[in-house]
Amino acid sequence: MLKAIHARKGVQLGIGLAVGVLFGFLLQKGGVTKYDVIIAQLLLTDFTVVKVMLTATAAGTIGVHLLRSLGLAELHPKPGSLGSTAVGGLIFGVGFGILGYCPGTVAGAVGQGSLDALLGGVAGILLGAGVFSELFPKLNEKILNKGHFGEITWPQVLKVNSWAVVFPVAVGVLGILVLLERAGL
Amino acid sequence: MVEWLAMKTWSPYAVGIGIGLLSCVTFLLSDKPIGCSTAFARTSGMIERLFRGGKVAEKAYYKKFAPEIDWEWMLVAGVIAGAFLSAAFSGELRWEWVPAKWAAAFGEQPFTRWWAALAGGVFMGIGARWAGGCTSGHGISGTLQLALSSWLAVTCFFIGGVATAMLLFKAF
Repeated sequence: MLKAIHARKGVQLGIGLAVGVLFGFLLQKGGVTKYDVIIAQLLLTDFTVVKVMLTATAAGTIGVHLLRSLGLAELHPKPGSLGSTAVGGLIFGVGFGILGYCPGTVAGAVGQGSLDALLGGVAGILLGAGVFSELFPKLNEKILNKGHFGEITWPQVLKVNSWAVVFPVAVGVLGILVLLERAGL
Repeated sequence: MVEWLAMKTWSPYAVGIGIGLLSCVTFLLSDKPIGCSTAFARTSGMIERLFRGGKVAEKAYYKKFAPEIDWEWMLVAGVIAGAFLSAAFSGELRWEWVPAKWAAAFGEQPFTRWWAALAGGVFMGIGARWAGGCTSGHGISGTLQLALSSWLAVTCFFIGGVATAMLLFKAF
């Protein structure tokens, strides 16, 4: 039943669009499509972005692992390496600090009418992605595979049942959120 | 219901739980995690194809990520529409030339902000594809799968982001 839905391309494009609309709606209602909110997070004066991300992670961790335990979903962890994930992550961070949006929230910002997102941010990310596609063969040869660790998850690293990680992560997130609220952030 | 949709902001916890549930829906119905940055790579390839034609499909990177409209591309298009609807319901929909916090620190000149946004975007476009994901694909979808790569990525996003923002706002 689910596999049949996954295989229908037209249906999938429709689901992608519908999920995107809900995702964009949530992001805008959360305030995280606004430059002012994101930059305040990076300046550590407002923790809205972290609250949204941690809550989404905790809720999603429990939900997705539940689906997986019921045999209704499979995980698709991304591969990683120091050369790609850490180096790329830091380059992304420099962009994050200057742009004040990310690839998802920049799209949301365009929807709400932010012209810096439309004319600057989207154009820049497209340009950057193009530059990367040009550099890819060389980078792939020299840097991207340095310190490769693959598509591994924490339960695999620790050699434990997923739930032995899911629960501590959920409790840890809850603890951080309580501390943030107590600190008035 | 109507008042709820017209609210300017919802609790970050309600929004977070909503995004977490939405992630469950995509794993269930599409066998895919939510992500945004490959859509930019595909679009960039489509634009390049306008200028350079079919040769673009031969590039090693576009063999991995074909320049075409896919599930994630539709998702990003949906994000624009969803944010538009949310802002329209709450009366926040309007052209904004320069965000307030930027204007307070660096002035109201739109071109300064646009050039900075463009430069930041270039770094972000390179970095997202270099790291294999963004704040959605790694930051939310990857962390919730407990993927090592994603926990490392999101840590680096924030280290780089906080350092750059602090430098920018304190130094100028």
